[in-house]
Amino acid sequence: MNMTVTAQRPEVEAGEVVLSVRNLESFYGPIMAIRGCSLDVQEGQIATVLGANGAGKTTLLKTISGVMDPEKGEILYQGQNIAGANPDKVVRMGIVHVPEGREVFPLLTVAENLRMGAYTRSDAKGIVEDEEMVYSYFPILKERRSQAAGTLSGGQQQMLAIGRGLMARPKLMLLDEPSLGLSPLLVKEIFQIVRRLNKERGVTMMLVEQNAKVALEVADYGYVMELGRIVMADTADRLLASKDVQEFYLGVQDHSPRGSKRWKQKKTWR
Amino acid sequence: MDVLQLLVSGLANGCVYGLIAMGFVLIYKATEGVNFAQGDFMMLGAFICVGLTNPQFMGLPFWVSVPVTIAAMGMFGYALDLVVIRRMFGQSQIALVILTIALGFVLRFIAGAIWGHEPISLASPIAGRDVRFGGLVLGLDEVFVIFVTILLTVVLWLYFNRTKLGVAMQASSQNQLAAYYMGIPVKRVHSLIWALSGMTAAVAGILFASKGSIDPSVGLLGIKAFAAAVIGGFGSLPGALLGGIIIGVIEPFAGRYMPSGYAQIMPYLLLFLILVFRPHGILAQVHAKKV
Repeated sequence: MNMTVTAQRPEVEAGEVVLSVRNLESFYGPIMAIRGCSLDVQEGQIATVLGANGAGKTTLLKTISGVMDPEKGEILYQGQNIAGANPDKVVRMGIVHVPEGREVFPLLTVAENLRMGAYTRSDAKGIVEDEEMVYSYFPILKERRSQAAGTLSGGQQQMLAIGRGLMARPKLMLLDEPSLGLSPLLVKEIFQIVRRLNKERGVTMMLVEQNAKVALEVADYGYVMELGRIVMADTADRLLASKDVQEFYLGVQDHSPRGSKRWKQKKTWR
Repeated sequence: MDVLQLLVSGLANGCVYGLIAMGFVLIYKATEGVNFAQGDFMMLGAFICVGLTNPQFMGLPFWVSVPVTIAAMGMFGYALDLVVIRRMFGQSQIALVILTIALGFVLRFIAGAIWGHEPISLASPIAGRDVRFGGLVLGLDEVFVIFVTILLTVVLWLYFNRTKLGVAMQASSQNQLAAYYMGIPVKRVHSLIWALSGMTAAVAGILFASKGSIDPSVGLLGIKAFAAAVIGGFGSLPGALLGGIIIGVIEPFAGRYMPSGYAQIMPYLLLFLILVFRPHGILAQVHAKKV
């Protein structure tokens, strides 16, 4: 079914497809976490992958960034198959993964964390410039630049994780649950910056989220993932308006004319 | 004066313990495994230097054989990780423990087969000479050991805090997964850490062998260095050095002022007390690890 999914998307005006995942299968030990997943990310877009806990979203990102090796399938980045490549090669090619739960280097300073983001680069001047660029997006990090990253608040650590990712000068950024554990206000702030980075720096974003509402508001295109497969794909606006997404991912409740809540709705894709 | 001389010889011994303890800590911080052959690394470094320098073996000049020894031990550490340790990835911690203990036996045997089991001392130009500060007579070797240890500590500090690779080593020991995400080649970094700990052990071995005689079982003093690392706070380089110095200084004083036999148990008594009252060590580097 997922094969057909990518075919039915003529509505989005054509940017170049920068990342194309084809029939990907990935295992967590004996468990098949990605069961033949296919999707496209177009250049300059923010694409989001929604799904519940355990749907396979994080595994998908880990497989793209090379931290996990796929069992089958292709990951085409700028036409080149990067499935099974080492993470440092993937970073050098311009894909950076901002992991779930921040994962900063707790005892290094903020500035050192940022420098580590640029590990694969050797242009000293460009690195200094990019550090200033990151500080211009996240002024709080400049204030805290010589403080250990472990002492930052959750929101600041998330900003640092995104900033550290930017230091690799990525063309494509894989963002895993940036809203995790943050207050609604901070989530809004972070997503505004994500949007700005996308527009101003031209960084293509692949955003994985459980918080479907926020993600669809910021994204151009969306995929819904369930049990390792893509079950819906459409523009973000249409997904926001769709009955299924509203019911299962946005928590909008449908009340019948009799006033009582319908007990159970069947998903249309099952 | 007597007290000062005891103090200096204790400091010199402590520096050697401290350097071996730093080898333990380097590997523990990076890979969360303990290299129980660290003392035998020291022994091997000492014997390589003896083999290169002493007239009955190759008879090279001391200042030639020192860098060669350090480089050889660096390569030994790197190769060991590349060929053996890296393949243990995903095995339980105890596997590495048993492996390194066994490695210690093998190294002792090899050293014995090549250089014999008789105590030898390194024919270094610093052995057996005195320096005088006023009325104080100190062994040149002891002063030299303290000086080199301070120098090495400064170099290591600069390396870990001022170079890109050094910071990357810290980064991958603090959060291995994130280091992968940033494109840091974590496996190579681990091999380099093993190389670094081999080089530190070589320096410790050279210093130790210029102070007194060595034989293949001398690596067993790695146990004392292990105690030093625990006392200082496993995971902290300055702590390891401090722990080594504390143990080194306590020993001669206990030997002087306490009934005979107590000097040997003092390091372990201290270890026991530290484990009871300050289980993270003196300079604990505590940061709550996220689950």
